[in-house]
Amino acid sequence: MSAASIIFYIIAAFILATGVLAVTTRKIFRASIWLLFSLIGIAALYFWMQLEFLAAVQIIVYVGGIVVLIIFSIFLTIKSGEEMPKPVLTRSIFAALAVLFGTGFVVRLISLYNFKPTSTTVFNLNVNQIGMQMLDTKNFGYLLPFELISMLLLAAMIGCIVIAMKSKDKDATTFQNSIQ
Amino acid sequence: MSEIPLTNILFLSTGLFFIGVYGLFTRRNMITMLMSVELMLNSVNINFVAFNKYLYPEKLDGIFFSIFIITIAAAEAAVAIAIIINLYRSHHSIDVEDASEMKY
Repeated sequence: MSAASIIFYIIAAFILATGVLAVTTRKIFRASIWLLFSLIGIAALYFWMQLEFLAAVQIIVYVGGIVVLIIFSIFLTIKSGEEMPKPVLTRSIFAALAVLFGTGFVVRLISLYNFKPTSTTVFNLNVNQIGMQMLDTKNFGYLLPFELISMLLLAAMIGCIVIAMKSKDKDATTFQNSIQ
Repeated sequence: MSEIPLTNILFLSTGLFFIGVYGLFTRRNMITMLMSVELMLNSVNINFVAFNKYLYPEKLDGIFFSIFIITIAAAEAAVAIAIIINLYRSHHSIDVEDASEMKY
């Protein structure tokens, strides 16, 4: 067993253990911190697969963005020190059964399927190459999804502001009336 | 690197996906359900990247799919948290059992 495979098993065990803790712990703030560690483990897996660009994107977007957003919303909505109520026993039993069945099914499918690589070239991720194909209009370029996703991000940004904004119309008019 | 077959990485992502499914089934708090969904999206990302790297090493499509999934997950999390905060204002709770009616 080489060092690379030992590192893979360590990373895999880390991701799965922190993921299980993130969905089972009853203190919500701890759950978010375990989720943070799980996402960092996935970034480490990308580093192990020599995809440095994707690992950097993972750390920036998930660890730096989404988890911080989740922690902020926890502080805005819940008393984070309190424990959440235990899930109903029958529900957790049936969820565990469904999960065990699904895991066994998929693991059996994967282990029976014989994956064959289509070519023997060595995978070499080049950021230059990603940029060229991302903004290409021909040769299977991804310019159209790129533009669509920029529109989606703009729409999501405006939508978030509109949804989470307090409706101040009533307060503002009474305030103006009081001034006058 | 080459000693680890593709199936082991797929086993890892399967485990992560079903951990997310378990969290989605048992939790009743909206923020923790959102966290479970994030775990599931990440396992899908691992799948895309592993398939690209092991089976189609001359192409980059799996990487692009992962990048787009990460972007959409960020937008989805932002919108979901805006909805959760709005719901907290009107119901003073973010438990899904308490949010049985939509507006009134």
